[in-house]
Amino acid sequence: MEFLFAITIGVLVASAVYLMLSNHLLRFIFGLVLISNAANLTIFVAGRLTDGAPPLIPEGADAPALAANALPQALVLTAIVIGFGLFAFAIVLVFRAWTTLNSLTPDDMRLAEPEEAHK
Amino acid sequence: MSWLLALPVVLPFLTAVLTFLTRQSPLGRWISVAGSSVLLVASIVLMATVLREGVIAGQMGNWPAPFGITLVADLLSAVMVLITAIVAVAVSIYAIADVDEGMEQLGYHALINMLIAGVVGAFITGDLFNLYVWFEVMLIASFGLLVLGGRPEQIDGGVKYVALNLVSTIMFLTGIGLLYGMTGTLNMADLASAVDNADQRLLTIVAVLFMISFGVKAAVFPLFFWLPASYHTPAFSVSAVFAGLLTKVGVYALLRMFTLVFDHDIAFTHTILLWVAGFTMVVGVLGAAAQSDMRKILSFHIVSQIGYMILGLALLTPLAIVGAVFYLVHHIVVKANLFLIAGVAQRIAGGTELSRIGGLYKSAPLLAVLFVVPAFSLSGFPPLSGFWAKFLLVKAALEVQGWIIAGIALAVGLLTIYSMTKIWAQAFWEAHPDGIDPKLTSLSNRDRAAMLFPIAGLAVLTVIIGTMPEPFVQFAEASAAQLLDPTAYITAVLGEQP
Repeated sequence: MEFLFAITIGVLVASAVYLMLSNHLLRFIFGLVLISNAANLTIFVAGRLTDGAPPLIPEGADAPALAANALPQALVLTAIVIGFGLFAFAIVLVFRAWTTLNSLTPDDMRLAEPEEAHK
Repeated sequence: MSWLLALPVVLPFLTAVLTFLTRQSPLGRWISVAGSSVLLVASIVLMATVLREGVIAGQMGNWPAPFGITLVADLLSAVMVLITAIVAVAVSIYAIADVDEGMEQLGYHALINMLIAGVVGAFITGDLFNLYVWFEVMLIASFGLLVLGGRPEQIDGGVKYVALNLVSTIMFLTGIGLLYGMTGTLNMADLASAVDNADQRLLTIVAVLFMISFGVKAAVFPLFFWLPASYHTPAFSVSAVFAGLLTKVGVYALLRMFTLVFDHDIAFTHTILLWVAGFTMVVGVLGAAAQSDMRKILSFHIVSQIGYMILGLALLTPLAIVGAVFYLVHHIVVKANLFLIAGVAQRIAGGTELSRIGGLYKSAPLLAVLFVVPAFSLSGFPPLSGFWAKFLLVKAALEVQGWIIAGIALAVGLLTIYSMTKIWAQAFWEAHPDGIDPKLTSLSNRDRAAMLFPIAGLAVLTVIIGTMPEPFVQFAEASAAQLLDPTAYITAVLGEQP
């Protein structure tokens, strides 16, 4: 199970890095989405994988031999919610960049740092 | 004790909500001033309590550590919260003149208070995942502030800022996941001992992940490129808060994690930090020397100054940490002030591009005096605060025979003076190219008071730290002692250890 997750995370990170280096803002954002999911999966696996075990035990009941770790799930949930907000912002920002700067190629975006400042 | 720790975080949130509700009326700016003043009082009380009782900790929701979220204030946290509150008050007053109604209606005051809440939360939390959440609060508020107004340069700078900071955030999150997998805890005090049982080689890899992530936030070489790309684009009060506080949260996180948790392989991690410190100082100051816009020069100075703080952490001797803490506090005051002054220069002289302004010395001598104080302090002139900060760090470097790094620190100080004199010569001494007299009286009475009062206040603080450094150095010594021997910190959070 861990092996499968590790391979998945690796593939996600590799594709994300490829997308992020592709000199196009929209692909960069897609790369970010992928790599953030890779990070979420990492946290999930770090909490140890348990198959079909309950995360919550009723009060007074005996602890079962195997219980799922609820903490990483809470962490991942928080990270997903935060990530969702950040990406919503980032995508709107990229859209604004497209409408005001007429380009999504980072190399062309020199408005804040014009060339002549680096002579 | 919990309420005292939670108060500095809750207050700015409350102010943010109130200012959001009143964003259509001019009342918002006064709520912002009042809210940050109450925050200042709360942080003074917190500081007094920490001075009296030592490290204090509170468990949120009454979950005992290390299971719940812990808030903890040692001397470093307390002083960072205090200085944040001081900057918040100064900027909220300054914003009365600097921020127009359009920006207010877009929710400027709500965002800036949210940002302050994030910064304070990051300083006061004792839980690693909670630190991530505060980083995000801070980030999303800063994203909003950076592009508020939506001028094309802001969008351009904003894209770079957002992109690089998101990458750093994801690295931080990955680091948290791996560290949790290795130790089973995210409580920073608990981590301090839990990492001893982990695989030390893997731990070093995780440490480097954290170093990169916090390094992006702190704007160290070679991860600083988002900073000079964006800091000169938003409103001046926004740049002042960014310049004063945001990168320093990264430095604080480095200082905390690499004294408390990641001190197992100092020969490796802190040697990297030493190289990083040297390059950050040099590259930052050379970048500043090449720029011709006041805010761009000051932005590159932030980078170079961060190098000094990292130098203190890298050396990791008691004196070096004293220097780093002293530098951190002094730098926030000075840097925020310089950006506020740039804002006044822009208003009365019509820009921050040095070739297009001038005559400020003759027409606005008061502003010239107020500029000289933080400018000379930043370059390290005695008897201002920057001199003592640099003196401590150079002495610490010499004590461990770090001749080269001490030489670099001194040379970078000289180059800082060079780029400061560039601002001085072109903006203040030379006549204005359009022949106008940039007088302070061209501002309305209200704007003049709102802009000059915070600048003067911060300048007085710089002079006080500089002329009476003894209590501040003693404080930094006590704070460094807590950082290097975290027993008090760990006991406050987890209780008596066997």
